[in-house]
Amino acid sequence: MDNAMPRFGTRRFLSKTLLLTSLLILGACSEPWNDPNPPEKPGETVYYGSYSSRLQHLDPARSYSAEETVFIDQIYEAPFRYHFLKRPYVLEPSLAEAMPEVTYLDKDQQPVPMDSDKLAYSLYTIHLKQGVKYQPHPALANDEWGNALYLFNSPEQSLQYPTLYDFPENGTREMVAGDFVYQIKRLSDPQNKSPLLGFLSNYIVGMSEFGEQVMERPRDQWLDLRKTPLEGVKAVDDYTLTIRIKGLYPQFSYWMAMHFFSPIPWETDRFYNNPGFADRNLTLDWFPIGTGAFMMTRNDPNRGITLERNPNYRFDPFPSEGELADLTNGNLNDAGQAMPFIDRATFRLEKESLPQWSKFMQGWYDRSGDDTHNISSSNFDRAFVVSGDGLELSQEMQDKGITVSTEVKPSIYYYGFNMKDPVVGGYTEDKRKLRRAISLIMNTEEFLEIFANGRGETAMGPIPPGITGYVEGEAGINPYLYDWVNGKPKRKSIEVAKRLLAEAGYPNGRDKKTGKPLIIYLDTTGGSAGPIADWRRRQFEKIGVQLEYRTSDYIRFKQKMRAGNTQLFGWGWLADYPDPENFLFLLTSSQTSESCQCDGSNTANYQNPEYDRLFDQMKTMENSPEREAILARMVEIVRRDNPWMGGYHVKEYYLNNSWVTNTKRHGIARDTLKYLKLDKETRSGKQREWNTPVIWPLLATFAALTLLIWPAVRAYRRRQTLRVSPAIEQSGRSN
Amino acid sequence: MFAYIIRRLFYAIPILVGVNLITFFLFFVVNSPADVARAHLGEKYVTQEAIDNWVAEKGYNRPLMFNAQASGTEMVTDTIFFQKSLRLFTFNFGPADDGRDIASDVLTRMGPSLALAVPSFIIGIWVNICVALLVVMFRGTRLDKAAVALFVSLMSISGLFYIIGGQYLVSTVWRLVPISGFEPGWMAWKFLILPVVIGVVAGIGLGARWYRTLFLEAADQDFARTARAKGVSELGVLFKHVLPNAMLPILTGVVVVIPALFMGSLLMEAFFGIPGLGSYMLDAIRAQDFAIVRTMVFVGSVLYIIGLILTDISYTLADPRVRLN
Amino acid sequence: MDMIKPVILWTDILIWLLVISLSAFLFTLRKNPESRAQWRQVFSSKLGMVTFIIILSYIALALIDSLHFRKALSHTEGQDIETVYYSNTVNSALDALLGEMGELKERSYSSPFSLKSFTKENMTDENGQPYRGYPELEHAGSHLDNKTGHINDILLQSLIGIGKGLIVGLFLCALLKAFTRSSDLPWRTAMITLLIVCALLGWMLHVGNLYHVLGTDRAGNDTLYDSIKGIRTGVLIGTLATLIMMPIAITLGICSGYFKGWVDDVVQYIYTTLSSIPGILLIAAAILQFQVFIDLNPNFFEVGLEKADARFLGLCFILGITSWAGLCRLLRAETLKISQLPYVQAAHAFGVSHLRIIRRHILPNVMHIILITFVLDFSGLVLAEAVLSYIGVGVDSAMPSWGNMINLARSELSQEPVVWWNLIGAFFFMFTLVLSANLFSDLVNDAFNPKNRQER
Repeated sequence: MDNAMPRFGTRRFLSKTLLLTSLLILGACSEPWNDPNPPEKPGETVYYGSYSSRLQHLDPARSYSAEETVFIDQIYEAPFRYHFLKRPYVLEPSLAEAMPEVTYLDKDQQPVPMDSDKLAYSLYTIHLKQGVKYQPHPALANDEWGNALYLFNSPEQSLQYPTLYDFPENGTREMVAGDFVYQIKRLSDPQNKSPLLGFLSNYIVGMSEFGEQVMERPRDQWLDLRKTPLEGVKAVDDYTLTIRIKGLYPQFSYWMAMHFFSPIPWETDRFYNNPGFADRNLTLDWFPIGTGAFMMTRNDPNRGITLERNPNYRFDPFPSEGELADLTNGNLNDAGQAMPFIDRATFRLEKESLPQWSKFMQGWYDRSGDDTHNISSSNFDRAFVVSGDGLELSQEMQDKGITVSTEVKPSIYYYGFNMKDPVVGGYTEDKRKLRRAISLIMNTEEFLEIFANGRGETAMGPIPPGITGYVEGEAGINPYLYDWVNGKPKRKSIEVAKRLLAEAGYPNGRDKKTGKPLIIYLDTTGGSAGPIADWRRRQFEKIGVQLEYRTSDYIRFKQKMRAGNTQLFGWGWLADYPDPENFLFLLTSSQTSESCQCDGSNTANYQNPEYDRLFDQMKTMENSPEREAILARMVEIVRRDNPWMGGYHVKEYYLNNSWVTNTKRHGIARDTLKYLKLDKETRSGKQREWNTPVIWPLLATFAALTLLIWPAVRAYRRRQTLRVSPAIEQSGRSN
Repeated sequence: MFAYIIRRLFYAIPILVGVNLITFFLFFVVNSPADVARAHLGEKYVTQEAIDNWVAEKGYNRPLMFNAQASGTEMVTDTIFFQKSLRLFTFNFGPADDGRDIASDVLTRMGPSLALAVPSFIIGIWVNICVALLVVMFRGTRLDKAAVALFVSLMSISGLFYIIGGQYLVSTVWRLVPISGFEPGWMAWKFLILPVVIGVVAGIGLGARWYRTLFLEAADQDFARTARAKGVSELGVLFKHVLPNAMLPILTGVVVVIPALFMGSLLMEAFFGIPGLGSYMLDAIRAQDFAIVRTMVFVGSVLYIIGLILTDISYTLADPRVRLN
Repeated sequence: MDMIKPVILWTDILIWLLVISLSAFLFTLRKNPESRAQWRQVFSSKLGMVTFIIILSYIALALIDSLHFRKALSHTEGQDIETVYYSNTVNSALDALLGEMGELKERSYSSPFSLKSFTKENMTDENGQPYRGYPELEHAGSHLDNKTGHINDILLQSLIGIGKGLIVGLFLCALLKAFTRSSDLPWRTAMITLLIVCALLGWMLHVGNLYHVLGTDRAGNDTLYDSIKGIRTGVLIGTLATLIMMPIAITLGICSGYFKGWVDDVVQYIYTTLSSIPGILLIAAAILQFQVFIDLNPNFFEVGLEKADARFLGLCFILGITSWAGLCRLLRAETLKISQLPYVQAAHAFGVSHLRIIRRHILPNVMHIILITFVLDFSGLVLAEAVLSYIGVGVDSAMPSWGNMINLARSELSQEPVVWWNLIGAFFFMFTLVLSANLFSDLVNDAFNPKNRQER
């Protein structure tokens, strides 16, 4: 009896383990265990995406960062948008019926021809689509008499609806021209802190005056902006909008393709101004309302964002034109079909790239990234192999059926010399030679190869490919730094750099007069250690120059930039629109921090009167051979003075799982989710195939624990049955 | 007892004022309000006007400690310190520097933090006590020595290795659980099981060793020997005599931690993508969001003081001889 | 003309001061029979001897790594013959000892003892045809004529290295033998440990200069070198953090317990306030502030390492503050107890001055608490460094540290095949130190804690 008890216990334990194990194995056959995605509703097509940094603003008047546009541009629409497939980038009407009609006026608002001296204003007339409706939203919910349902007098009253999802009724209405006027007034209202306020005030007539008037009003309650007129912006009728801007600014149409110009119903502002709403984060900054293909049904700043198909979305067919390549690679298969193709899109906040990548490889994300490509350099080698003619997907990726989309952003990353700096700045010939010498040793090609895995193109000037003024081939190289050898640009040798350095007064990196070593200070936020920092230092050592890092956090760094307390710094520019003007203005003297009294875009503090003059001439011209000639001269000036170095244009690679199609990337537009298509069946099949759990470690752990416990139990029993003997009594005491 | 608690709470006020003073000075030296404004306004086309607006809107344009221009009590009240730091005492945390209301963020993030911290804490204590009791049962034997060696080795490994290694093996190689993420409600277990297991395993070394010392002290005292002599089984001795008698030191170490569970775990939440208060703090530190850090410091201090009071109270419950007055 | 220019970092001064004063302190204790007995107890166990020697070798490496200098640049034309300019890279005596290990940089990853790169690159064969392959490493195994049989060479070189190490080890053992008399301590164990440590070091030095023993990281730096350089950071943070705050903690703790009254109230208020702030937030806030100070005053620092060093000192300081309250509380309680003892009361009655009572009666009797805190805190601080570096408020990224290594190595686990050696390198060196410190501190605690002594 005494012996039978433990054995019985063991048997029960064993059978339990067996039961558990078989359950585990059974479970393994049905569904993967590591599915991080919440269960789907039946029949629904869900897209799974991710983003990497917490969003700050979703108000289209306020937001100005690439991560936010990933969402804003799905929800809001502007009068115009970029064509999804066509390259180079072209605008097409979105909420507008057609492209704008532009007339030119003199200062008495009488029409004049475009090239007239008297030209004072440009008037844009935009005809809008009819019948466009807003996404369902409680702000537009009315009772049967047409009065707004949700207006409250006190925070206590509004507390019955703690979150936006608690409002039982939603409403909609048709979009009218007045909504565009209202949004432009919101841009003009300093209270809304639009980043474009200062910039657009230079153009839109009456914008600054509007701001001043509005700020004089009492702001303790909702201020109805409709009651204050804005001179330059008018709704002629419900479907016609006119905007009058100062002077000539052909690039203005591009601005009207950005979310800043999306319509906002005035009811929204009234709704979000309900007492107590702001305290509960109920603001337009968090819960948007637009006319786009998707509406935001969940915005949890801590976890993620869910977009759902807008039930009121108009018929918007997939484009039927594109590039030649689109015909062959299937990008036009869905031509003419109503968009969007997915019902829901969930985006999870993934602050770390490592788990994000692993989940993509396991098939839980449809694409490698939505806001950024998320292929860290350590993963890049796993994804790509470099072959004779560029990058190719690795065998592993090909086996998985993964496809790649490339994206060339109109952007430039560069190191800037501070032209005010006594050592590297200045416009004399020896200073130019010093900058040129440093530019030569900063081997961008090698940098891109080692650290960006070849994802980029060396910049030969300030204008990136795909933009007017960019020249390909031999004619396009920077002759100060490159030679054309065997059909390729070839960086001049280190010897040339050494010679230039000596001519600049620093033979072997030592001051000609004192012998003091030349130390160049690089201001950075990135820290002074790590592979890239090492690499840079080694480049400088090649000509005997010492590189020293001055690191600081981003805030301090910007302070230094503003005050001009830098020597060499890394910077980048992502264009707002595809026109050379948006790049060349970065070097005009009016854009230095000193002259604009702001965080100037001319980070190098470059000042050249001839360049400025050419810029003023070029910026209002339509694209033409004359304009290209001026552009070429400006680029030549920049190359000679060399205020920037080591520039490159990024080429991004995004990976798509095999079941995702229509993933062509656009360098500027982000409203691409509606074009995207998914094959659900393939996805669930692949997910199951790729995620079979490995169970033996689990079993092994169980076994190990059992093995550990079993002798313990036995030893315990033995100890319990021990008889007291003097020896043991003693050993017990000595403990 | 109530009088005691109220008096203790009253004592807490100067401490919290001190805490506020420290953080206040630390953070207003780091960044002038204009710097914070610049960081939050974005990158392109930022004008001085926009910065001034932002600073004024957030109320950072007041003098720091003493307002010479105001009159009467406003000389003290119309200052950043009074408005931003002392207002915390009313638990009115105000908006973060990015505009969101801190109080509601703290409330929503508390859930995930607790969902991770409470199971880790309870299971951790349970496992540690069990292991320690088991080891104590075999005190003086080789098993005991081996176990202590194991404990010391386990506690000599950095927590980062447990997390990195566990996540790599269990999620990436064996595909047993999702790599990271969180869902509210019962779906959460899938995401929490790995961090909880890792947390428990990482804590065994330190925890079990500590409990072992406590139990060892109690196990060889007279009452335990008497019980053994009476024929009580070893298990009985451990559970009925040793454990209750080691309770007082256990409470000292354990109860003070309980309120701090609300603050979550910085590392675990960051690695496993759990949207709790730990990752909230981490984000705030990285973004230098002064308003959030200030709030979290205050909340942390309040919880610490509550923990101290709770410890005192738990003494009276565990040991009738202790009286609070 | 001087070939080198010494660079004296604040932490260098402090660690040397610490070691010297600690040795002096232990030397004076020689006369005290009680503490002699206690130390004897610590070292009479083999474990105590082994761990002590391991910790000692770590400290020795850290000390050697705390002698910094800059090399002079060669003269050029036009230079004033009197002035010498120095390179802006700072080296330490350890770099000199390690030979070329730190300078043998490859292009990118390579696995331990490998002769070839870990990743494929575009190469051209004899016929000029491009192909993808693993290029040979620039430095590893460059002494070999025939690269096929390099396993044999590794074994041979290992023997040479171990042999060199053993020779040094035997020399040290002889020294040890000459200076020790008492035979009841496990000197044999000590010597064996010493020999093993020396052999290991000799092997690392010798083979590490020929191969990459622990592979290379992404930038092609030798992982073994990085791990060894991390020792200084680990050891210094473990000792300096406690040391910096110790004078304040001792003064306040003893005053509070001795004078009682309002002094006690104020001290209690200070440490309750400080310890109620969540440590991590306090550290983060302080480090951010300190970094700003460093950024705003670049003129204080001649070379980059000095900035990193200043931040490191700040980190030690703030870590000290967060762990300070515990020591202060213990000291206060102990002083309260001691000042009630009859002989202290008697000293009062005879009109002995406060300072004298504290120095003669109280300080010696709380010394064991200070010692125990110092040893017990050590390992925790080493571990904390890694976590803080992960959060971004640890040591400067320019400073070699295990925390920074782990941080960089984390993403390597997602590579296929996996890059494990960087993580393992940091793990091994850190684990050995922390384990030894933990075991040693247990022994010290057992020997010095009066509570434990009573039970024996």
